Amino acid sequence: MNKAGERLYNGLIKENPTFVLMLGMCPTLAVTTSAVNGLGMGLTTMAVLALSNLFISLLRKVIPNRVRIPAFIVIIASFVTMVELLLEAYLPELNKSLGVYIPLIVVNCIILGRAESYAYSNPPVPSLFDGIGMGLGFSFALTCIGAFRELLGAGSVFGYALPPTFQPIRIFGQAPGAFFVLAALVAFQNYLKKTRQKAGKEFEKIGSGCSEDCMNCDKKGCTKRFYDTDTAEKEQEPEGAVSSGAVALKENSGTRGSRGSRKPDLEIVDLDEEGK
Amino acid sequence: MGKLYKVSSNPHIRSRVTTNGIMLAVIVALMPATGFGIYNFGIRALFVVLVTVASTVLTEFLYGLVRRKMTITDLSAVVTGLLLALNLPVTIPLWMAALGGVFAILVVKMLFGGLGQNFMNPALAARCFLLISFPVQMTAFACDAYTGATPLAALKAGESVNVLDMVVGRTAGTIGETSLIALVVGACFLIFLGIIDLRVPGTYLVSFVVFVVLAGGRGLDPAYLSAQLAGGGLMLGAFFMATDYVTRPVTIKGQYVYGIFLGVLTGIFRVFGPSAEGVSYAIILGNLLVPLIEKYTRPVAFGYRKGGKRRGK
Repeated sequence: MNKAGERLYNGLIKENPTFVLMLGMCPTLAVTTSAVNGLGMGLTTMAVLALSNLFISLLRKVIPNRVRIPAFIVIIASFVTMVELLLEAYLPELNKSLGVYIPLIVVNCIILGRAESYAYSNPPVPSLFDGIGMGLGFSFALTCIGAFRELLGAGSVFGYALPPTFQPIRIFGQAPGAFFVLAALVAFQNYLKKTRQKAGKEFEKIGSGCSEDCMNCDKKGCTKRFYDTDTAEKEQEPEGAVSSGAVALKENSGTRGSRGSRKPDLEIVDLDEEGK
Repeated sequence: MGKLYKVSSNPHIRSRVTTNGIMLAVIVALMPATGFGIYNFGIRALFVVLVTVASTVLTEFLYGLVRRKMTITDLSAVVTGLLLALNLPVTIPLWMAALGGVFAILVVKMLFGGLGQNFMNPALAARCFLLISFPVQMTAFACDAYTGATPLAALKAGESVNVLDMVVGRTAGTIGETSLIALVVGACFLIFLGIIDLRVPGTYLVSFVVFVVLAGGRGLDPAYLSAQLAGGGLMLGAFFMATDYVTRPVTIKGQYVYGIFLGVLTGIFRVFGPSAEGVSYAIILGNLLVPLIEKYTRPVAFGYRKGGKRRGK
């Protein structure tokens, strides 16, 4: 299972969601006051991410393109609800300290991002491992940030207090400290990347199916194009993989022959064209 | 010809003003306040000043070594260190003062591109960093020379204060802020040299007084007003930190807006805030608004009408 290993490596190191992709900044900055909180948040997200990736990948042929985002959200929200109930039952303390950020996993952009850019266009097993890899990367990043902030801001390591001669720097326990630590770790990651590149080792992103940069993407006929750069191309696709604006155009061209039975909302478009 | 001339784009204005010269003048202007602080608080004040300046200069030196671009000679690190030290209480542990110096130079100044690129006054940002990190040590103003609260805190608690002592500077407080006379002497020196002008400090102080009269709840009580003016870091902030070339607006109209903003904000912090002092936070908040102020006070270029259109079109 080489593919699985590659996905794990990709999520943990090369496309680490926090340090490289800069996704999910809200929980990253908010809950990392201690290493345990960071780890708890990371693992919770990982569970949701792996399961939602798996199920979205299984259902990818069933979900219609136009309603895929609501469908993703429903799947993700179901798993978040399950995880939240489990946490409440078995880890009430962690649940309390993470608070509102557990239900907010629903709108975590890492999960939606992986669903959109990987799980929706790849088979289930790699998608599952993509979710696990990304989740591990997220957990690793959050634990690192949490550990530094806990050490500097509260003077303890994983909950074990250092001798009182150690004077904590309180600002690291507060919001500015989260930014300082995150910035420092991202800078360190970039430094490692640069030295590796200098040493001649390739350190480019593994293609995760989509660069999500539709404006500069030359992949024609992509089913997920967000910006309609080329509607003509789209219409030739077997499945109507287009945004609603393009659909309206299509209907318009279809109804041109029978002018009597036009829908009123299409009239505006037509009048414009007649004016030319 | 045989001789190559250096060609650069306009404006071709030559000036004898150098960064070095300005920084040196600021250091000299801060000497009365520093000297008085050492006289007032004892020899430990000198150690705090030396440690802070050493840490800022060393940080700048090491950063210059790593980036292979040495900027140590422009003396700006010395000014930052000196200003930071004057903003610290004399009892502060020396390693905290050094940490503040490292933060000021490394995080606030160098990481944003060095002198001229910092969006916030480094000394004040470091003071606020220390104030948030070590609230107890940063507000421990009781020392060998003085016990009890700073005059501003006493004023806030409703006690009466000796204004004459505050003007001379024989009160508790941070090392450099206590003496109004020493600070004003330094400021006059800078104004005389033309390094700072009264636009920012003037509007700052006037709008502060107006705000305190209107909202302070004591009306035109001269004792209260003069105590507010002489107390805390107002003079140090108004003359030496609000006038920082890098972090104040460059437009003249903008400088008035900036001064008024600082005065009102300081007033709000002092009158309504939980703490007696508010100059540092007012100035760094003002620093953040400078790009916006500059955007809306940009002068119209010659030959153009307001809104960027050419005249006659």
